[in-house]
Amino acid sequence: MNNNIHMEVDSEGIALITLDVASRSVNVFTNDFTAELCYIANALSSRDDITGAIITSGKKAGFMAGADLLDFVNVYDRNLSSVEASKIVAPAAQALRQLEKCGKPVAVAINGFALGGGFELCLACHYRVLIDDPKAVVGLPEVTVGLLPAGGGTQRLPRLIGIQKALPLLLNGRHVSPADALKLGIVDAVVPSADLINTARQWVLEHPGHQQPWDIKGFKVPGGAGAMAPHANESFSVGMAKIRRDTQDNEPAPLAILSCVYEGTQLPIDQGLKIEAGYFGQLLAGPVARNLMRTMFINQGAARKLSKRPAGIDKEPVRKLGVLGAGMMGAGIAQVAAAAGIDVVLLDTTQATADAGKARIASGYARDVKAGRSTQQDADTKLARVHATPDFERLQGCDFIVEAVFEDRTVKGEAYQKTMAALGSLPTGFVMASNTSTLPVSGLAELWPSPEEFIGLHFFSPVERMTLVEIIQGRKTSQHALARALDFVAQLGKVPIVVNDSPGFYTSRIFCAYIDEGMAMLSEGVAPALIENAARQAGFATPPLAVTDEVSLDLQQRVIGQAIADKLDPKFLRLKAQPIVAAMVSKGRLGRKTAGGFYEFPSGQPKHLWKGLSEVFPLAAHQPELQDVKNRLLYIQALESARCVEEQVIPEASDADIGSVLALGFPKWTGGTLSFIETVGPVNFVAQCDLLADQFGERFRPSMWLRERATTRQAFYPKPANV
Amino acid sequence: MTNVYIYDHVRTPRGKGRFDGALHAVPPVHLAAAVLSALRERNHINPDDIEDVGLGVVMPIGEQGADITRSALLLAQYGEDISGYQLNRFCTSGLDTVKMGFGLIGSGQADAVIGGGVESMSRVAIGSDGGSAYTDTTVGRDYPYIPNGVCADLMAALDGFSRDDIDGYAVESQRRAGMAQTSGWFDGSLIPVKNAFGETLLAHDELVRAGTTLADLAKLKPSFATAGEAGFDSIVLRRYPQLESIPHIHTGGTSSGIVDGACAVLLGNEAYGKRQSLHPRARIVAAATCASEPLLSLGGPIPVTEKVLSRAGLKIGDIDLFEVNEAFAVVPMRYMRHFGIDRDRINANGGAIALGHPLGATGAMLLGTALDELERRGLSRALITLCAAAGQSTAIIIERV
Repeated sequence: MNNNIHMEVDSEGIALITLDVASRSVNVFTNDFTAELCYIANALSSRDDITGAIITSGKKAGFMAGADLLDFVNVYDRNLSSVEASKIVAPAAQALRQLEKCGKPVAVAINGFALGGGFELCLACHYRVLIDDPKAVVGLPEVTVGLLPAGGGTQRLPRLIGIQKALPLLLNGRHVSPADALKLGIVDAVVPSADLINTARQWVLEHPGHQQPWDIKGFKVPGGAGAMAPHANESFSVGMAKIRRDTQDNEPAPLAILSCVYEGTQLPIDQGLKIEAGYFGQLLAGPVARNLMRTMFINQGAARKLSKRPAGIDKEPVRKLGVLGAGMMGAGIAQVAAAAGIDVVLLDTTQATADAGKARIASGYARDVKAGRSTQQDADTKLARVHATPDFERLQGCDFIVEAVFEDRTVKGEAYQKTMAALGSLPTGFVMASNTSTLPVSGLAELWPSPEEFIGLHFFSPVERMTLVEIIQGRKTSQHALARALDFVAQLGKVPIVVNDSPGFYTSRIFCAYIDEGMAMLSEGVAPALIENAARQAGFATPPLAVTDEVSLDLQQRVIGQAIADKLDPKFLRLKAQPIVAAMVSKGRLGRKTAGGFYEFPSGQPKHLWKGLSEVFPLAAHQPELQDVKNRLLYIQALESARCVEEQVIPEASDADIGSVLALGFPKWTGGTLSFIETVGPVNFVAQCDLLADQFGERFRPSMWLRERATTRQAFYPKPANV
Repeated sequence: MTNVYIYDHVRTPRGKGRFDGALHAVPPVHLAAAVLSALRERNHINPDDIEDVGLGVVMPIGEQGADITRSALLLAQYGEDISGYQLNRFCTSGLDTVKMGFGLIGSGQADAVIGGGVESMSRVAIGSDGGSAYTDTTVGRDYPYIPNGVCADLMAALDGFSRDDIDGYAVESQRRAGMAQTSGWFDGSLIPVKNAFGETLLAHDELVRAGTTLADLAKLKPSFATAGEAGFDSIVLRRYPQLESIPHIHTGGTSSGIVDGACAVLLGNEAYGKRQSLHPRARIVAAATCASEPLLSLGGPIPVTEKVLSRAGLKIGDIDLFEVNEAFAVVPMRYMRHFGIDRDRINANGGAIALGHPLGATGAMLLGTALDELERRGLSRALITLCAAAGQSTAIIIERV
């Protein structure tokens, strides 16, 4: 029976219980594990020869993670009721309750990280001793994937340390360091590895018959519970407002957690656990948790691990990187590369401009030091890896170059020529990448002597904060270049998505659909505040007019101008946005950089919408419903994403989803643009698009391809066979 | 329906609702007993004639809990055989007890009743009662309770009132209250509050700052920006997405003052007055209560006024004076603008911005203030209304006889 949990009872009657889930590198809750835990809890209660127990982990990687999200992510597609969904974790929750009530003292020797269900297991023990190792973090991160701790975490944590200290841990899901954990009281002791088991053993010996405080009659939640607790207003009333502000009611998990705590802590723990299970079932049976688990955790994790890297090509980490152009993007790329331990030659036209780029990097590192994210010594080491120069000869020895000069074919072409001249011949394995956001990569590749080893690497601004990199394969880009580009992105600790060359690639195309729809509404006379509020309330990171001000209107003018000059298909000419961009540019209102665009940017004060907007774009007498404004912004981007799949611009649905959330701030709760289509349902999506097209124009009209997929129920994410 | 008359009313002065306020040492039950005693003595009330006594108490917990009215009646020497109840509908509570009495007498179930209210805000803090409206997530997720100051700022944003507008209103409120105070216009209804040793603690309203200027008010910081930023702004913007933001403009100078105080009103039918040789001072014409959009919270006075006027068969022009509680400056300002009322006819002697707002007592106090001013000016009708949290409101029309 016991393949996952091993128990030995010593001469003093203390059971040493070792968690070691078979064929997993990390302990997780599986059905077998839960059954064995139940068996062990029974043994602890019933066996007279056992006087107490110590639980520890047999894994080197850590003590225990929580549930396996692969077990949860498909629940939504099974159409379970919330009550049925809640039963999925009921056995594990019951096993923990049984363990807690076994009647013997149970100490846990936490010999590594304990997160989610793993930490909930610890909370169900009577005494927690944690190894003194910075990697041994503990916490309940369920909220970050749209769930809540369903193994008693929402009930035991507030009962242990009080509601005020418990709520932030439950609501932000942060990983807590051993020192913090001790200060918070969520572990009882932090000791060196060698003392871990002995400390636990000592406690067990000294506490025969120990019970949890909440199982003793007269127990009161520390600091009080319910409507009359001194902190009730701050915890629940203001707490609720904060959650609703931060989630805009798009993500149900934080409010569900608050409900578990508010309702559950006023009840005996067994009833509290039932409340927790009920809310958990609601979350698990809903689409948002599925979306967050799938895109933000499972697929983003796979992308980071380069799950789609071409096989059979050896890893060649970048050792010496060349960055052409020390502007904001070039400096940003150099900054993250040097931070990742790569030597960087940062090249610009003059020593002064190259130095300015290096100074920008230095101030970036200084910010990290000031914020406590890094030490001065570390910052100095990183900065020393950056060599600023105007001299192309210094590029010799680089095995990878990222070009980040002005978005102009001629300028880029000259940079490539000078680079080639300086390098003489291309070293084996060398890859040239362009950080272009608009110019076709296949065309640029022709300016490079070896188009096969040329690739697009589209970074986002600010580089040090934006985790996504869009890799663009030109027509001739080799699998080798792709593999090296993927490896480089992973080296930087960023998340790659892979797309094919096409105007605007993937992200810029979806981005333009977003800001253009915002501008279209503005020109129709929709109140600017309504547009911006609708975007914010739908969950977009930045509203369309605000983000247009950030990227600047003259850039939009140039992109449109280039598209016209390149005689692109009319769908790339941004006909709806053209007149608005032209009107704003003609007034010199280019955005933040001119301290005025759609917004005013008064110095030292928060920005606000420009009052003059209503003169340029008079308000319509009839204003649309909030939901319609939200829908226009959500649907147009989702639809454009689907078109990118149809046109093979983006081969992987998961890349489309990850890219839309990480690069564009598409609402996280949707799981991305394509998951949004699956969330509203493909048939419903197509019908809604038709309605929008009838009202607002043919750009909302779905293609035959999409209609067929909807009617034949062809999902972007095929359901696993067992569902 | 039997005519219902107001025979008399008394109130305590309003003391600053702080630890250094003049009435802080007086437990609320003694404040209530003081007005009940004064009313009894002034009118030679025979407690046997009184069917019931209701006091508005918005924080009916702690020493204001356990049906404070019954204890106050015993302390006020009404004997053992008189019943009393407490009532809470937020800020209209005091006026609601008058409405209850109106209903009892008008329907023939009572000859005489006493209404009123008491609130010692220095001793039982506002918001200390708890409530599912505040903290229960299953309520708040769909029907959030928005702090009233945030609602006030929202209403100002919707109606386009600026900081200068509301500050100007408050300056005038202070000036009027100061004028009424120095002219002795409140004196007929005020009873000094004494301590247990017979020393007078407070004889006049303590909060009034008659000389307040625009410049004084301009120095004050907005009171509700923190609550707004904590998330309540974001919640109200869901319903009002045409607003870019909620400018937080109400300050301590344009919000009602936190005070301690109590009042009591004697109501009866005609036979009761005759029997007691009391002269009726006014008739209650009509009363109404309504509720409206909870997010606006303070928006009730306008619809309840329309309701009570229609019930009385009157038009806005038939009302001589208005008392609209100055919970926040925007409330009467919005009301004036909506109904086209001259500033002279509304809150004639200032209001809660200058005098303070002892939550449960204010409604009945305003009724008394309106009646005194009708008499002083020789006018006939007044309408009294207050907003109550979560969109509710009560209004009463009185008419001198």
